[in-house]
Amino acid sequence: MSGAGVVSVARGVAWRGIHNAFTNPALLVPALMFPMIFFVGFAGGVARIRQVPGFDYPPGYEAFQFAFVLLQSAAMGGVFTGFGIARDFEHGFARRLMLAAPRRSGIVLGYAAATMVRWLFVISVVFVVGLVLGMQVFGGPVDLLGLLVLALFVNFAGALWATGVAMRVRSTQAGPFMQLPIFLLLFLAPVFVPFQLLEGWLRSVATLNPFTPLLEAARSLLAGAPTGVGVAFLAVAGLVVALSLWALTGLRSAERAG
Amino acid sequence: MTAALVQATYLTRRALDRAIRQPGHIFFALVFPMVFLFVVSGGLDRAAHLPGFPADSFLAFALAIPFVHGGLFVAINAAVELGRDIETGFLNRLALTPARSVPLVLGHLLAAAALGVGQALVYLGVGTLAGVRLESGLLGVPVILALAALASLAFGSLGTAIALRTGNSESVQGLFPVFFVALFLSSMVMPRHLIEADWFRAIATLNPVSYLIEGLRSLVIAGWDGQALALAFGCGTALVAAALAASAAAFGERMTRT
Repeated sequence: MSGAGVVSVARGVAWRGIHNAFTNPALLVPALMFPMIFFVGFAGGVARIRQVPGFDYPPGYEAFQFAFVLLQSAAMGGVFTGFGIARDFEHGFARRLMLAAPRRSGIVLGYAAATMVRWLFVISVVFVVGLVLGMQVFGGPVDLLGLLVLALFVNFAGALWATGVAMRVRSTQAGPFMQLPIFLLLFLAPVFVPFQLLEGWLRSVATLNPFTPLLEAARSLLAGAPTGVGVAFLAVAGLVVALSLWALTGLRSAERAG
Repeated sequence: MTAALVQATYLTRRALDRAIRQPGHIFFALVFPMVFLFVVSGGLDRAAHLPGFPADSFLAFALAIPFVHGGLFVAINAAVELGRDIETGFLNRLALTPARSVPLVLGHLLAAAALGVGQALVYLGVGTLAGVRLESGLLGVPVILALAALASLAFGSLGTAIALRTGNSESVQGLFPVFFVALFLSSMVMPRHLIEADWFRAIATLNPVSYLIEGLRSLVIAGWDGQALALAFGCGTALVAAALAASAAAFGERMTRT
């Protein structure tokens, strides 16, 4: 009964989120534009960096950057969920939702599910743009499925993080605090060159960054030569578990605030 | 004329007060471009080894980015505030007083320029602490500040035109991705002669943001390059003039409707 309650709440919240995302260009366009800007800007503008000695990625620089944009858009797509929740709190909708929902954890799941659907649309568009720009994909269907599942986990983790912040702060003023840590995690990784070519402080930070194994695994799957995929899934599963606790305690905090 | 100047001074102070009362916005506008500078220069450090790269350090090459990036943030914030003044009826109430409404628009723009200069001073200080030396020497500092103010004014004037045309802050916020595109499709992270993709190089060559960045960059890595500076000031001034003309037209239309 309680499981059914969670599902029915999640379904309702997800449907509303999907409907809002696809009928309001102000929500969909930024979610679509930022990954596109990063992909076109980096794959088009920085490609010369592959001429640096030691840069070896057979599918080419477009695919190298696509792996980053795939995970970046997944994580940031999750963060957009937090904006929606914070907006719902400011408009009073979230409080009414919490009064009406028999199982409130379904609210978190519903927001996350809507985020996944929106991200799948966004990344499909970016993928097509990548192919048009000459991106080569060496990975087979199983590799690509693994890549997609990995990115969906990242998307879920991003949504859980932002949900936790939004439920605690309950204001859109919290936007920078949702974005900045994710942005740092994403960019303090081997974004422009492979890990072995990083130098100085960034190499030290990237070594400790949990996003580094995810990015390297994603690139290996896209290249059809999977390496470190198990470690990447372990890392993202750990993130999901920790951030689930973060989001659920955030929900409790919102409940206490009334 | 004197009355208009006094009004503009009051309204600039009002716009600055409002900006300072939103520390979240100021913090993000100040910190995000610096974080971006360090992660990009850390990741692309190897690019300085490419044949034909114009600087020994990528950090010095990239130091021009935050001046424009930060200007973009303050400009958007200023235009959003103008949008709010329209939404809340402040512009209409002002039209009923002896005060002229043009100083209100000027107030927002001058506040954006002042904040842009303040941020630029911080970026210069951080760049110096990180070991970047200005090839143009101490005399280059006021020119950098003038170009940073011009960048804030240029983006701010475009935002103002949109705010006056649409009359709401949400439409102005929608401009942010567009400005971001302009920043990313420029010679921001790679000199134009080293951009591999012909289509990207063509866009960067047509993009006025490239010239703003290249003018600023020339003061950091080359010294006094008359052509780069003339192009930077020329493009910046042309953008401001075009956007102010659009603002004036939108303003007249709005006042007539009111």
